[in-house]
Amino acid sequence: MATDTHGAEGKGLELVFHPMDQFIVKPLFGDGGVGTFTITNVTLWMALTVLAIVALLVLGTSGRSTVPSRVQSIAELAYGFIRKMVEDVAGKDALPYFPYIMTLFIFIVFSNFLGLLPGAFTTTSHIAVTAVMAMAVFLAVTILGFVKNGFGFLSVFWISSAPLPLRPILALIEVISYFVRPVSHSIRLAGNMMAGHAVIKVFAAFAPMVLISTGIGLLVTPLSIIAITAIYALEVLVAFIQAYVFTILTCVYLKDALHPHH
Amino acid sequence: MATETTAAAEGHVSPLALEEAGKCVDSHGGAIGMPQLCGDWMGNQIFWLVVTLIVIYFVLSRIALPRIAAVLAERQGTITNDLAAAEDLKVKAVEAEEAYNKALADARAEAQNIVAATKAEIKGEIDDAIAKADAEISAKAAEGEAKIAEIRAGAMEAVKTVAKDTAKEIVAAMGGKADAKTVTAAITARMKG
Repeated sequence: MATDTHGAEGKGLELVFHPMDQFIVKPLFGDGGVGTFTITNVTLWMALTVLAIVALLVLGTSGRSTVPSRVQSIAELAYGFIRKMVEDVAGKDALPYFPYIMTLFIFIVFSNFLGLLPGAFTTTSHIAVTAVMAMAVFLAVTILGFVKNGFGFLSVFWISSAPLPLRPILALIEVISYFVRPVSHSIRLAGNMMAGHAVIKVFAAFAPMVLISTGIGLLVTPLSIIAITAIYALEVLVAFIQAYVFTILTCVYLKDALHPHH
Repeated sequence: MATETTAAAEGHVSPLALEEAGKCVDSHGGAIGMPQLCGDWMGNQIFWLVVTLIVIYFVLSRIALPRIAAVLAERQGTITNDLAAAEDLKVKAVEAEEAYNKALADARAEAQNIVAATKAEIKGEIDDAIAKADAEISAKAAEGEAKIAEIRAGAMEAVKTVAKDTAKEIVAAMGGKADAKTVTAAITARMKG
């Protein structure tokens, strides 16, 4: 393996820092380059995401029981959670878009959690993935806004509750922030996922210190293991919260498209 | 050995230079900079992401979401039905209680009627018996009084006879001639006094 020779430079007696290697996209079969249709680790982990989703939402609910099993309860909980979020944040007339929002949420939450498995590839840590989703949301919401409200959608930038002299300035700020939305929307998710995983990897690199220098190692090794555990716990939280944030922001943007008047 | 020499050779090339050359990994397969920014991989990721999202969307919208919605609706229906049934049963229980109370009150009223009727009947009988007894008693009393009056009359008569006889004797003994008519008149007058 490439990574083996990589760490062997100093014959094993040095700390090896490669926190970003976990984000490398590589073909599953063979050593060739990565083309558009190559089956890569991205393919593998997205396929696992799909399988996990099918297991929860399709196999888990196959009993259709009135008194639900544990898995069915979780599926119903996820359904109710997102449905209620769409209804509360974007309003009742946003419910036709619930399946799309549910698709985004369930994909992100499963990708995030599968990415927490040791050795996993986190698809949502890549800006390419999150940017596509954020751009899709941005374009869909903008087009929807114009289709539903015509040019009345532009009133989303015109804060009628603000004093009149302030409104043009606010409108400028609103326009800028509107176009920054897809950027922040995507970088927030990818950045969170990448940072946590990279930090875990950095602490992991300190963990074998005891093999190199027993003196410092007795202090550094336990500390880094505790740090890995703590960051991992934090990452479990982040995995859910970032999926939640991505979804609720999508709902907020959808609300702007359906009800542009402040 | 060959790999080590290339590694040593490439060790002099800075990662920044490699990154500028459009490379994403160094000769060891390690990451240069952020793999997230590697343009070579983005097409692959976007393609598989779109495939994945479409698959998830169809699984959700065709199978999972309608099924869960149906289960939830069915559960809601079951709960509503059960609540309605419970409400019905409650009403029935109240009705049964009312019927029971009514039956109890009826029975009580009937019992009271029977008691009152019986009391009245018994009272009538007692009154009858008392009246009868009173009548009998007054009859007997009247009879007794009649007898007493008879006896008294008899006694008067006897007293009169004895008084007449005694008076005649006394008058005779005194040497007079007793006129029966005068003696009787005298005795009658005395006895009245």
